[in-house]
Amino acid sequence: MAFSPKNAPQERFCAKSAVSKLTHASPYAHMPQNSPEYEPRVNGIRNGTDLVSSDLVIDVRNVSKRFGGLTAVNNCSLSVRRGSVTGLIGPNGAGKSTLFNIVAGNIVPDEGAVIFDGNDVTGLKPHQLFRTGMLRTFQIAHEFSNMTALENLMMVPGDQPGEYLGNAWFRPGLARSRETEVRKKALDVIDFLKLGHVRNELAGNLSGGQKKLLELGRTMMVDAKVVLLDEVAAGVNKTLLNDLASNIERMNTELGYTFFVIEHDMDLIGRLCDPVIVMAQGEKIAEGSMEEIRANPQIVEAYFGTPVEVA
Amino acid sequence: MTELIFFINQVVISGAVLGCIYALGAVGITLVFGILRFAHFAHSELMTSGAFFAFLLAALFASWGIVTPIPLGFVVLPIAMVMSAIFALGIDKGFYAPLRKRGAKPVILLIASIGVTLMVQGLIRLFFGAGSYSFFETETKDVFRVDLAWLGSTRPLVITEPQLLMIIVTVVSVLALHFFLTRSRLGKAMRAMADNADLAQVSGINTALVVRVTWIVAGALACMAGTMLALDVTLKPDLAFNIIIPIFAAAIVGGLGQAYGAIAGGLLIGFAESLAVFNWTMVLRPLNGVLPEWAQLPATLSFVPTEYKLTVAFVILVVVLLVRPTGIFKGASS
Amino acid sequence: MALLELKHVVGGYGGAPILNGVNMAIEQSDIGVIVGPNGAGKSTTLKAIFGLLKVTGGTIEFLGESIANSLPDKLVPRGLSFVPQEKNVFTSMSVEENLEMGAFTRKDDFSETMQWVYEMFPVLAEKRRQPAGELSGGQRQMVAMGRALMSKPKLLMLDEPSAGLSPRYVIEIFETIVRVNQEGVGILMVEQNARQALAFASKGFVLAQGQNRFTGTGQELIADPEVAKSFLGG
Repeated sequence: MAFSPKNAPQERFCAKSAVSKLTHASPYAHMPQNSPEYEPRVNGIRNGTDLVSSDLVIDVRNVSKRFGGLTAVNNCSLSVRRGSVTGLIGPNGAGKSTLFNIVAGNIVPDEGAVIFDGNDVTGLKPHQLFRTGMLRTFQIAHEFSNMTALENLMMVPGDQPGEYLGNAWFRPGLARSRETEVRKKALDVIDFLKLGHVRNELAGNLSGGQKKLLELGRTMMVDAKVVLLDEVAAGVNKTLLNDLASNIERMNTELGYTFFVIEHDMDLIGRLCDPVIVMAQGEKIAEGSMEEIRANPQIVEAYFGTPVEVA
Repeated sequence: MTELIFFINQVVISGAVLGCIYALGAVGITLVFGILRFAHFAHSELMTSGAFFAFLLAALFASWGIVTPIPLGFVVLPIAMVMSAIFALGIDKGFYAPLRKRGAKPVILLIASIGVTLMVQGLIRLFFGAGSYSFFETETKDVFRVDLAWLGSTRPLVITEPQLLMIIVTVVSVLALHFFLTRSRLGKAMRAMADNADLAQVSGINTALVVRVTWIVAGALACMAGTMLALDVTLKPDLAFNIIIPIFAAAIVGGLGQAYGAIAGGLLIGFAESLAVFNWTMVLRPLNGVLPEWAQLPATLSFVPTEYKLTVAFVILVVVLLVRPTGIFKGASS
Repeated sequence: MALLELKHVVGGYGGAPILNGVNMAIEQSDIGVIVGPNGAGKSTTLKAIFGLLKVTGGTIEFLGESIANSLPDKLVPRGLSFVPQEKNVFTSMSVEENLEMGAFTRKDDFSETMQWVYEMFPVLAEKRRQPAGELSGGQRQMVAMGRALMSKPKLLMLDEPSAGLSPRYVIEIFETIVRVNQEGVGILMVEQNARQALAFASKGFVLAQGQNRFTGTGQELIADPEVAKSFLGG
């Protein structure tokens, strides 16, 4: 199915059936997300074999990172539950970007480990993480501007038989059938994101908001287990942001995608994320709903600043 | 002793002359790069056209019957430099400034400068044809021969008058440039803008003025280098076009954007080229007396045959970039 | 008449505006501090005043004259100076040359001003021949401030002068800013640590989403719990 996680390749590409099946099989949307009996829905339902591997998609354990004399991340532990939209916030210099980059594989931590879906992935490169189902979007959308929106999406799944000259010439049937699959899936993704009217438009001609949607679409092409969203709101106007946010919500509630979001726009965080993790001075200082965070005087203080004291 | 003098004549003097020309050309390229952040390929044409300005002026002076104790090419040089500076400003205003205004990337400016190269070269051919000219059609090229018999040398030390003047003029200009960059308000503003253009703007420095000054300095120095090259060899439309590659190598070896680096790089490449094509047999010939028949030295024995002289600049460039990617004087890497 | 007055300023880098109506007024005796959550348009406001981005609406007046979209080489001689947050010294040039560059627009003798700057930052006098790139972060910040003061400004604008500095230097920089203000230079600065900066501000502006959210004296803003909460949106 179109939006299933990586380890369910046996089912084929039909967004609608996937959606309906999900809603029938799992009353996920109605479940309290932080209840202890919350089920690791995605694997359990679709695969049946790997029922309770872990409730946590990402588990960061005691990670530290220093740059010269500066400790950016200090013995920080946090986790992202399967099926959640987890936000990461903090004042400037809190170390949240560094932590995010450690999870995404762009920075190797000095200490500690990153567990992804039950496996230790500390030190793996971003492209290796891509293959295991961890995808990130970029603050500035990266698209192939001379290809259409549809072609951009069709590019995403690697290892297509048609990419090999031998297959393209001597086993055209194989190449074609796989390409048809990929194309069908890409069309499903485009339908889901309501980008149908621009699917044959060159990606370079899309608006900023549409490029961000396409970026989201890329993550759906390979059935990401978790999507890391890096400052999606940056440079997007309010109307488009609304659109983007509702698509993220739908991907989460209807299709069960897990998101880990780093974002400056507090209103967007408040709308999308539960729980919200707050970092300050390289450590996790709180976790909870946005209402709880806003009511927490310690966090307000961290943002508002404290008088400097000379040690 | 004779061999040593031969070595000095062939390597030290000709290397110094070549090095001076490379250095003056490379300084202009490096200044333009520092301020405008693009590789100004057409710098060779500023040199060539500068040499033609000097040639025209010299011919004009000669036709008025003016006779000077030093070659006319040097006498008219200041006027030709002014003309070249104006020419450089015109090229900037006509081609590069409109592109900059539209926010063109450095690579676009580089391509534009290649276009300017072809255009200026075409114009020169249109007016002067493809043949070559000499500054010394009406005057003679004085040659100084210092007899060194008292040192036991059968050969004299040979240096032509233009070569001697060339070295003196280069030393003077480099000193003048040094004082301009370190003492004058505009020179410091140039360094400031090369260092951090945004901060220069924020400081209230008139960046458009700095750009103009840069073209004036680069144009004048290019004219000086081109005229000297024409005085040393002959004047032809592809005069400097043929040496733009070693000049770029000199600028990069010195560290792009670093004026002193460009001078060092120019001298380094100039000497290296002279040394590489030097025929060692001339120096080692006495050994033929002691060497057995089968090991006699060949008629020419040099590191690099003369026709491959250009490769020397590249070898140095590659080696320097491998060992010290920012150039000798830590320049901008992009 | 205020020294600097912004009314409903709208502007951005092309595309959607970042500033959606910023108002502020600063006297020469003031220390004005702009605070607010990330992306509120704090630094953008300073850049808009200094002509570094396009102002598409509203008015900016300095000494009663409109200066919207004027470039720095026109603004510096009028008495406006700006210290950017990053890359704010000429690293390859000596401390003294950095200061000279600040006086570029002056045609008169500026040796007295330089003396004044050296008295304010004695450590710079010691290192006057050293390239600014070799100095520590705090000393660089002093060079940057010194450079901006060389034009004898009426208003000095600083973008996060304490960013990346150790607490010792933060205090020193803040103390210097107060001293500069006492010498008759108006201050308008952006700060990340709102409580710290508002503590010595005579005027505070809390921005959110490109607009004024709260305006008042520093003490008023610190005392208002709504101000602190606004940093977390909502």
